[in-house]
Amino acid sequence: MAEITMTEALNKAIDEAMAEDDGVFCLGEDVSAKQGGGVFKVTSGLTEKYGEHRIRATPISETAIIGAAVGAALAGQRPIAEIMLMNFVGVCMDQIVNHAAKLRYMSGGQTPCPIVIRTTTGVGVGFGGQHSDMLEAWFAHVAGMHVVTPSNAADARGLMRSAIDANDPVVFIENILCYGLKSEDPGPGYRVPLGKASVPKEGSDISLITYGRTVLDALEVAGELEEEGISVEVIDLRTIAPYDEETVLASVRKTGRALTLHEAVRPFGTGAEIAANIQEKCWDSLKGPVRRIGGTFAAVPFATHLEQAWIPNKSEIVEQIKASVGKA
Amino acid sequence: MAEIDRDKLLDIYTRTMKVNRTDEKFRELLMQGKVAVMYYCVRGQELVSGAAMAALDDEDYVVCTYRGQGEQTAKGIPMEKWWGECLGKATGTCKGKGGTMHITDPDTGIMVTTGVVGSGLPIANGLAMASQNNGDGRVTLVSFGDGAANIGGFHEAMNMAQLYKLPVVFLCQNNRYGEHTAYADHTDSPNIGSRAASYGMKGVTVDGNDVNQIYPAMEEAVEHARSGKGPVLVEAMCYRMMGHFFGADFSYMPPEHIEEMKAEDPLPKLRKVMLERQFTEEELDKIVAEIDAQIDAAVQHALDAPLPDTDEIYKDVLEEVN
Repeated sequence: MAEITMTEALNKAIDEAMAEDDGVFCLGEDVSAKQGGGVFKVTSGLTEKYGEHRIRATPISETAIIGAAVGAALAGQRPIAEIMLMNFVGVCMDQIVNHAAKLRYMSGGQTPCPIVIRTTTGVGVGFGGQHSDMLEAWFAHVAGMHVVTPSNAADARGLMRSAIDANDPVVFIENILCYGLKSEDPGPGYRVPLGKASVPKEGSDISLITYGRTVLDALEVAGELEEEGISVEVIDLRTIAPYDEETVLASVRKTGRALTLHEAVRPFGTGAEIAANIQEKCWDSLKGPVRRIGGTFAAVPFATHLEQAWIPNKSEIVEQIKASVGKA
Repeated sequence: MAEIDRDKLLDIYTRTMKVNRTDEKFRELLMQGKVAVMYYCVRGQELVSGAAMAALDDEDYVVCTYRGQGEQTAKGIPMEKWWGECLGKATGTCKGKGGTMHITDPDTGIMVTTGVVGSGLPIANGLAMASQNNGDGRVTLVSFGDGAANIGGFHEAMNMAQLYKLPVVFLCQNNRYGEHTAYADHTDSPNIGSRAASYGMKGVTVDGNDVNQIYPAMEEAVEHARSGKGPVLVEAMCYRMMGHFFGADFSYMPPEHIEEMKAEDPLPKLRKVMLERQFTEEELDKIVAEIDAQIDAAVQHALDAPLPDTDEIYKDVLEEVN
């Protein structure tokens, strides 16, 4: 099997969906061929195939972009709207939260809103405070939408197809540092169902629950600790909200310990919700408190050493796991 | 300017009076304490809605605001479903989950009623974009007030609509107040219609109290949008004769100005035009009596209707996937 990068995986998934359904179209800043097919090239080559009406390059107008996606979805189309960088959702939160997420409910089920909001972000590339944040918790806190992020190229291909299929809004977060990651190409038509986590490494001592780029750190740490006799089970949520509670709780009941890990800041983060849920539902299985790791509660700084100090690092993960299993 | 076709005039009158009689009934029920919900009165703006909806085809899309009773009833939402929703009943358009500020009825083209000022414009673009993509020939009309002209979404949506030549009609009902703030206290430019020029868009400002101005303007705007020439901004000058919502303090509205604006009341003016066009008092009264009877029946139906099941709070959050 050939290998593909996450960028290629996303491109193939969108291409396939557009070929199958005339109602699928992309819109966003710089997405068409004239601008080079998107700043990270995810929509590269699609204008040539589907024309400028279906790969619509927009003005820098996030509210108009999401509003247009919402309206087109109400009329039965399946828009894929790109918000170039996740922090820019601040400009269009009204359209996402008050409209996209609520129109199915407020209309009593008459107007579902099947849109995919693709957005990029990530700490570690020196973009500073307004281009780096993981803001998944903002959306996870809103009823009426899915929040998804892939940690590898194969999942990216499968999750994107499922996101386009979904009859509700999906916020699809792409980590900048993951675009170049390669997987074996799962091939055309591949889908990863929304709401299903994966367990890329099984273990028996502690459940490490994470998603997105930090899955890579988790797997690396889990491999290292295996040699020290600590067996870490790594859960990649893939869908952050609504998440796969069944897989998470079953794992914690097995291991008796849990650690949540995300790049987003820790206070009120998704890890807090997952930890609270584990403590409510797995109390009798727990051998100790659920631990949480997240980014520093501050804006993402610019200078490389500051930015690296800001991100949850591998030694912190090792430390927390050892403290949890009593081998600190 | 050509005279409005007599049948069309009757259509406008009927729609306009439906809006007015619905508004009167709603205020009556609120005054009597039979109903206690948020309601945004449309007294003074009935003709704008009646004429605008008469200019559209049944299949056309409409996006309106919390003060959207006029568009909703004039577009033709079945009254029983409309009143059911306003009273929070299971028989409402949205099973009682939307309410007065979020009426949705895709069957009659009422696609979104937003409670957020200015949020309808970007969504209207999307509905129109779908029509442009699939060539269904529909026009989307979005109604909003003068207050909405000062939110960012207005600017973003106007620019995008003109850029793509979307089949949208932007209808600004300039009722002289943005919530509780008078026009002169929120905007220094003389009108909203002239803003269209800065987007390269066609724009007009017309008297929304005069059927011979507002209807031809709407008809032309709809035709322009439908023919693929792009969007139009129509500013209809009108006057909100009551407070922001029913029961709200409107002492900030100078009583002498309200008195003065009564001379501009669109309803007596419309009736005068109807009489000039050889409709009789009896004919016009009969239309109103029929509307009243329909409204009374619809209100009773809604009052008698069941409440939504409590289980509804969990439904329609996301698609049920089995």
